[in-house]
Amino acid sequence: MKTNDICEKTLADMEEGDKARIVKVGGVGAIKRRLLDMGIGRGEVLKVERYAPLKDPIQINIKGYSLALRVSEGRLIRVEEIS
Amino acid sequence: MYRIAVAGNPNSGKTSLFNNLTGEFQHVGNYPGVTVEFFEGFAYFRDLKFKLIDLPGTYSLTTYSQEEVVARDYIINEKPDAIINVIDAGNFERNLYFTIQLLELNLPVVIALNMTDIAEKKGSFINALRLSSILGVRVIPTVAKKGIGMEDLKEACFETIHKHIRPKPLSYPHELENALHKLESVVAVSSEFTGHYPPRWLALKLLEDDEHILKRLDDVESRNTVAGILHDVKKHILAHSGEDSQTAVVEARYGIASGIFRAVVKLKQISGKMFTDHIDAVVCSRYLGPLILLAIVYGLFAFVFKISDELKWIPLFNGDWVSPVGLFEHFFEYMGFLAKEHIGNKLLHSLISDAFIAGVGGVMCFVPLIFFMFLFIAVLEDTGYIARVAFILDRVMRVFGLQGKSILALIISGGLGGGGCAVPGIMAARTLREEKDRLVTMLVVPLMNCGAKFPVYAVLIAAFFSHSRGLMMFILWLLSWIFALVAGFTLRKWVIKGEQTPFVMELPIYHIPTLKGVLIHTWYRTWLYIKKAGTVILGVSVILWAMMYFPRIDSSNFETARSGALRELEQKLVNTKYTSLLPLTEKKLSEMQEEFSSFPAYLEYEKKISAVKIDEAREQLLNSFAGRLGSVFAPVSKLAGFDWRDNIALIGGFAAKEVVIGTLGTAYSLGSDDEGQRSLSARLAADKNWSPLRAFALMVFVMVYAPCFVAVLTIKRESGSWKWALFSTLYSTTAAFIIAVLIYQLGGLFF
Ligand SMILES: Nc1nc2c(ncn2[C@@H]2O[C@H](COP(=O)(O)OP(=O)(O)OP(=O)(O)O)[C@@H](O)[C@H]2O)c(=O)[nH]1
Repeated sequence: MKTNDICEKTLADMEEGDKARIVKVGGVGAIKRRLLDMGIGRGEVLKVERYAPLKDPIQINIKGYSLALRVSEGRLIRVEEIS
Repeated sequence: MYRIAVAGNPNSGKTSLFNNLTGEFQHVGNYPGVTVEFFEGFAYFRDLKFKLIDLPGTYSLTTYSQEEVVARDYIINEKPDAIINVIDAGNFERNLYFTIQLLELNLPVVIALNMTDIAEKKGSFINALRLSSILGVRVIPTVAKKGIGMEDLKEACFETIHKHIRPKPLSYPHELENALHKLESVVAVSSEFTGHYPPRWLALKLLEDDEHILKRLDDVESRNTVAGILHDVKKHILAHSGEDSQTAVVEARYGIASGIFRAVVKLKQISGKMFTDHIDAVVCSRYLGPLILLAIVYGLFAFVFKISDELKWIPLFNGDWVSPVGLFEHFFEYMGFLAKEHIGNKLLHSLISDAFIAGVGGVMCFVPLIFFMFLFIAVLEDTGYIARVAFILDRVMRVFGLQGKSILALIISGGLGGGGCAVPGIMAARTLREEKDRLVTMLVVPLMNCGAKFPVYAVLIAAFFSHSRGLMMFILWLLSWIFALVAGFTLRKWVIKGEQTPFVMELPIYHIPTLKGVLIHTWYRTWLYIKKAGTVILGVSVILWAMMYFPRIDSSNFETARSGALRELEQKLVNTKYTSLLPLTEKKLSEMQEEFSSFPAYLEYEKKISAVKIDEAREQLLNSFAGRLGSVFAPVSKLAGFDWRDNIALIGGFAAKEVVIGTLGTAYSLGSDDEGQRSLSARLAADKNWSPLRAFALMVFVMVYAPCFVAVLTIKRESGSWKWALFSTLYSTTAAFIIAVLIYQLGGLFF
């Protein structure tokens, strides 16, 4: 589905304070499962709280709690921005 | 007696709840085959005794992490009579996800709905009764920190056991139910496959690609039938939901969780941000964050050293004031004094004072330091700040094959310029959930400049670099970090290979730590350290001492020399006021020492005797097992500039690095002619075989080579295998030798 640009955005493209809805969680094996277990699933809404001082990892808020993950993991999470 | 397991998410308050239920009577059980420790304790309800087992906190029950496997194997294989599932009510939905996985096992679960106080502050009110009727298990609201709800919880456990309360079956979305149904019927046929697992759970696990369960399937006759159906249903799920079956199962669970959430939680809009968000906005911010981190770390060291070693705040009987470290030192000095006074036997005295007091005492003197360090760290851990440290530094550490949480272990081991200890550092690596990261961290942690390496640096720097002490210390500090990071990089690249482990970490909300929680934590870790000193260090000290003490040489030559000197003195005393004292004995002389002290002939005699003693001791040491061993290595160690005495000291350093300087001290004072008047530094500086280069090579060698024995044992325990313990010894010693030779040889070209 290359038609819709928004779908190509990942969590790693989001800025501080942005809100987004998860479209798809990529990756395989342990990494994917870990993300899913932490509540990162399709349809979920998250908010980017901040980036660490060196711009990596990212701190997000999801399901009412705070989660840190690396930018490389953020790239596995396709999102659409919501306002 | 009933066995009750406590399970739940990390940070759900499991430990607090456990401590509150059990009181102080807990100990650590180590279960066969696993390296993760469980805390065990006892709780009493009416006239019943419960044995509680605190399982590792996990988010899920997969096979991807060691802790999850441990928790799940315990629950399935040990079949506890009941399971208390601690839920963080302030984080309800994600905690429910774990609960659902427990309920899938169809076990007697009791839910402790914990942190209800925080949930209410967040504006979410949970209807425990409704939750209970939906899930079919007892739900008890608790505030573990304050001990609220503990009696009810015990009663609920009792009831659950006696009334055989089991959860209601959960229903998944239609597609998944169909798949489960099909799988269940083929799975249930083979009793060798099901064993004591519920068939429905096995079916779920098959859909989740669970490695352990798939492996189990390999040995089952009907495996082809099961595999065939599994393949079909998975294909069906993929076609239908656009996701693989594992994802579908997880999503189904979260679906159930959010359904329950909507049914039992009443949300009230709370205006403004939570306390935690305000703190994070400062503590994790771009510029201020790292500065605060530095300040806290600096504060840790300032506090620990001030309170344990610098400030004299403990009164003694005689009115003096000492520091806690001073108190320990006084104690062991006094023991030494007692030993000297009361133990006549030469062998026994040497054993007590050189092996027991010098060996064990030397290590025990670090107890206050260790205690306060752990205290500070326990406070940091309980507040939730450590997770932020990992967050801030992960990017830096990753370059070197480590990750954010490794930093804590490195700091504890002395990463800030000394005073640390690798043993607690290695234990701190436990907070790393990924096996590989944990291993690499454990292997590089001993490279830091721990407190035991300090005396070695101090002596050698005083001897050869007295004009640039600060610079030298700085260079050594820098080198330790360079070596650690390079080692991390190298290990990760060539030894502990594999894809980068994910770094997905919860940042828990901040808590004000409780005194009880902090003290239990601190004491547990300190006690481990003390136990080590009393067992391992004691053993090694005795062995080392014996190696330096035996075999005894034939001392008759030295006897003759001594009595020769005595006779000489006698002759000089004839016709002086001392004539009446003749004939002299050594004992008599030592009693009259003061009177004689200005008598020239006596001084000469003393000089001779001490020369003889030194010769004898030197001869003795060279001839001892340790001396012979040192000599064996001498041809090789020469490359790095070390002679046989250095070798003995370094071999001793395997037991504890403190031993290095002590042994060098003995070896050199035994081999010199000044009767211990000069310090080891002065002696080395005057020795023409020594050079600044040799000293530098030795310091670097001590920094890098094998972790001390206790650290090696700790690595064994924490990694669960001798393989890594051995590897850590070998790799570091090899590296140390290569580096030392390079320094000595290349340096020799220039200096
Ligand atoms: N306000 C409040 N704080 C609590 C409650 N229960 C525990 N805490 C605090 O929450 C923090 C975490 O509690 P722990 O008992 O260490 O949690 P845990 O689940 O054992 O966490 P891990 O050891 O990381 O698995 C501590 O600072 C506790 O003091 C509670 O009911 N209310």
